[in-house]
Amino acid sequence: MIPPLAFLLLAVLLFGLGVLAFFVKKDLLTQFMAVEIMLNAGNLAFLALAKAFGRAEGQALVLFVITVAAAEAVIGLAIIVLVFRQRRSIRTDELKDLKG
Amino acid sequence: MAWVVFITVSVLCIGSVAAMIISRNQAHNALFLVLAFASLGGLFGLLDAPFAAAVQVLVYAGAIMVLFLFAIMMFNLREPPPREKRTLRAVLTAALGIVLLAELALAAKRALAGSVSPGAPSEIAGLGRLLFTDYLYAFEITSLLILAALVGALALAGKKEGS
Repeated sequence: MIPPLAFLLLAVLLFGLGVLAFFVKKDLLTQFMAVEIMLNAGNLAFLALAKAFGRAEGQALVLFVITVAAAEAVIGLAIIVLVFRQRRSIRTDELKDLKG
Repeated sequence: MAWVVFITVSVLCIGSVAAMIISRNQAHNALFLVLAFASLGGLFGLLDAPFAAAVQVLVYAGAIMVLFLFAIMMFNLREPPPREKRTLRAVLTAALGIVLLAELALAAKRALAGSVSPGAPSEIAGLGRLLFTDYLYAFEITSLLILAALVGALALAGKKEGS
């Protein structure tokens, strides 16, 4: 019997790795993948708590998160494709025009 | 036995995310992420959520990552960019990351304070009933969201190049 705390700590570690990847990487696509990692860490936490409290709401929320993530991936990738068409690059250190 | 599966799968998951951070090839990154999501599906199964596990493997490791791979194919980038120098930014990121990790770990410990005896949350039938009763509006709005995403993606990226 694995305690839910183990799963929660794994989710925390995964979220931290996602944040790290988001800040360390410098191309839009990989940063976008890092966002997906963070979303998945959230899902893991939802399921761990659903198990710890013996309720199914967490599982329902995970389904919604996955659906929203799919929609977000579609729109995000479309935007990245647009950026690439305009600038011929998706490296964030070459896209500095929005600086204030 | 459950511990063996848990440790194997979680090491696989963390390892492939770490490999994604180290590797600088986008296609490799996407494939490492497929591995990470598939092992997360295994973890979901360990948490008595078979439906979430199946959806995770089908939608995440399947559909979303294939979308990423198609996008990578479209960009057709040349050799990976040169390695960046370690800067102050990386140090700051690491420090902030450690603080964030500690904070989240504390929150995780506290979140379990009122937990009852762990047991299987529900059958899939219960989950379905919940989705179509308490979460009916959210469920219906989700379909609208997907439609909006579809139309939005077509409107954004469907135009011919140069037009």
